[in-house]
Amino acid sequence: MLELSHVHKVYRVGAFGGGRKRAVRDVDLTVRPGEVVSLIGESGSGKSTLGKMVLGLTRPTSGRITFEGTDISTIKSFRAKKEYHRRVQGVFQDPFSCFNPIFKADRVLTMIRSSYFPDVSDADWRDRVVSSLRTVRLDPDNVLGKYPHQLSGGQLQRLLIARALLLDIRMLVADEVISMLDASTRIDVLNLLADLKERGLGILFVTHDLSLGTYVSDTTVILRKGAVAEMGPTREVFDDPRHPYSRHLLSCVPQLHRSWAEVDAQLAAEEPEPVRLPTLVEGDDSAPMVEVGEGHFVGADQG
Amino acid sequence: MSNIAGASGATPGSAPGPSGERRGSEALHFARRNPKLLIGLTLVLGFLLLGIIGPLFVDHGPNQYVGPQSRPPSGEYWLGTTTFGQDVWAQFVYGIRSTFLIGILGGGVAFLIGTAIGFLAGYRGGIVDEVLNMLTNVVLVLPALVVLIIAVAYLDARGLVVQAVFIGLTTWPWAARAVRAQALSLATREYVDLARLSGRRTWRIITTEIAPNMSSYLVMSFILLFGGAVLTAAGLDFIGLGPTDGVSLGLMLENAVAWSALQLGLWWWFVPPGLAITVIVGSMYILNVGLDEVFNPKLREL
Repeated sequence: MLELSHVHKVYRVGAFGGGRKRAVRDVDLTVRPGEVVSLIGESGSGKSTLGKMVLGLTRPTSGRITFEGTDISTIKSFRAKKEYHRRVQGVFQDPFSCFNPIFKADRVLTMIRSSYFPDVSDADWRDRVVSSLRTVRLDPDNVLGKYPHQLSGGQLQRLLIARALLLDIRMLVADEVISMLDASTRIDVLNLLADLKERGLGILFVTHDLSLGTYVSDTTVILRKGAVAEMGPTREVFDDPRHPYSRHLLSCVPQLHRSWAEVDAQLAAEEPEPVRLPTLVEGDDSAPMVEVGEGHFVGADQG
Repeated sequence: MSNIAGASGATPGSAPGPSGERRGSEALHFARRNPKLLIGLTLVLGFLLLGIIGPLFVDHGPNQYVGPQSRPPSGEYWLGTTTFGQDVWAQFVYGIRSTFLIGILGGGVAFLIGTAIGFLAGYRGGIVDEVLNMLTNVVLVLPALVVLIIAVAYLDARGLVVQAVFIGLTTWPWAARAVRAQALSLATREYVDLARLSGRRTWRIITTEIAPNMSSYLVMSFILLFGGAVLTAAGLDFIGLGPTDGVSLGLMLENAVAWSALQLGLWWWFVPPGLAITVIVGSMYILNVGLDEVFNPKLREL
């Protein structure tokens, strides 16, 4: 459904645009209908940039992103873009900056109506809004007609998910959707994502939280400095991480029943069979990958 | 918090419908309770009304020599007369009219060009920004007054409108730069991205997402451009390049100074126009502060 091939993003930085900052380097990945792909990486690893490129908010410097067979860089006209966004929607990282502070929070829902459903009657629209709010476990009376600063981060974030659900989406880019939620509502939202997955949606789940990644995703992509470090079926990546960075990353997840020392000792003891990691060639932008198992790839070690 | 819910004129919970439509009535609710806004608006509208209606009740031209010379205010000549026997009241009301005209037209032209260029450059960024920014900088470093003098001197027909348009065409750059800087920072907010995902056109995003967030800033720019246009016009009037047949508050001030009204103690000649300019621009400033409080829900809840 969604396919990224050799996608690069290079930002121009500095006073005269002379400097170059590589945010995404040679990323290949596929999201199939009914599949959750989690993009895991530390801050600045390019995961949000990837999400924005999929949503068409920034253009890749090179490479192709295709959605259901169409290269999205060919979607130029306003009408076509609007249709694209009827099917592909996103939920962003920071719920506080997603709402225009001088308008009421439910304006994000009203905007969907005026853009996409101008013909729907008031009563019908109200029902849709209420049902989509109930899906994300929000009480309509509590959130409608309020200003953003009167609502909590979790409420705002769920309001954004409800907004995406108003459209008949096929693909959702969820950028850190649960970072602002507390543990109990977090599970609600994750279950909601699982429901959406059942309905055949493709979900690109961007997160820095490894444990959340395992909970919902089918495929895991670990990003490091813009390039894929390791990619494969979630179970395999988590049970048998082959890239030194992913091994390190997984060992950093705090565990309830073990101390850091024990984790480190185990990590040293269970050295997996060494993989010859591909190397990056100076002056070449590509990031080669090595297949170490069925659909399980390991990228270059960038130090 | 509760005053917001009450303000929409409905009980909380019964208003989940389109909230955009309710904003108007809500803003009005707060506008009526804001003393700064009311005072500013009253003064500005009062002067505007005086400028519009006043001249209708004066049956002679503002520059005609109608009465005795250098008379203090009296029942016949409300603001006295000049050294030449011109009616200061007539000059005053006509002057207010042309001052508003210059301010609105000159400030308006500058405001339109400045905000259009500023928003486009700030929102689009990249090459569009570079080109527009270069244009802005070029106009910014032009010695505006010299250009005005040359341009106005070459024109045969010099009226208020021509003067105002020329002022507008040369004073927009700083507004463009100010608006660009604001738009640049607002354009990276995620609600702008969200609006793009909601199928909004560029101009609608600019007018409904970015501009409302800086509405008081925009009003402030207009007020400053208005004041600047009035002062520039007064400067042009002073060097003999003003409208040949008209009168303005600036022209009155310069005449008063030129004919030593200060030394002769003819206070009624220069105090009214000076006070009027100060009060008009000052009350617009107060108006702006009031508007800020009305449109920014965060400010009004404090």
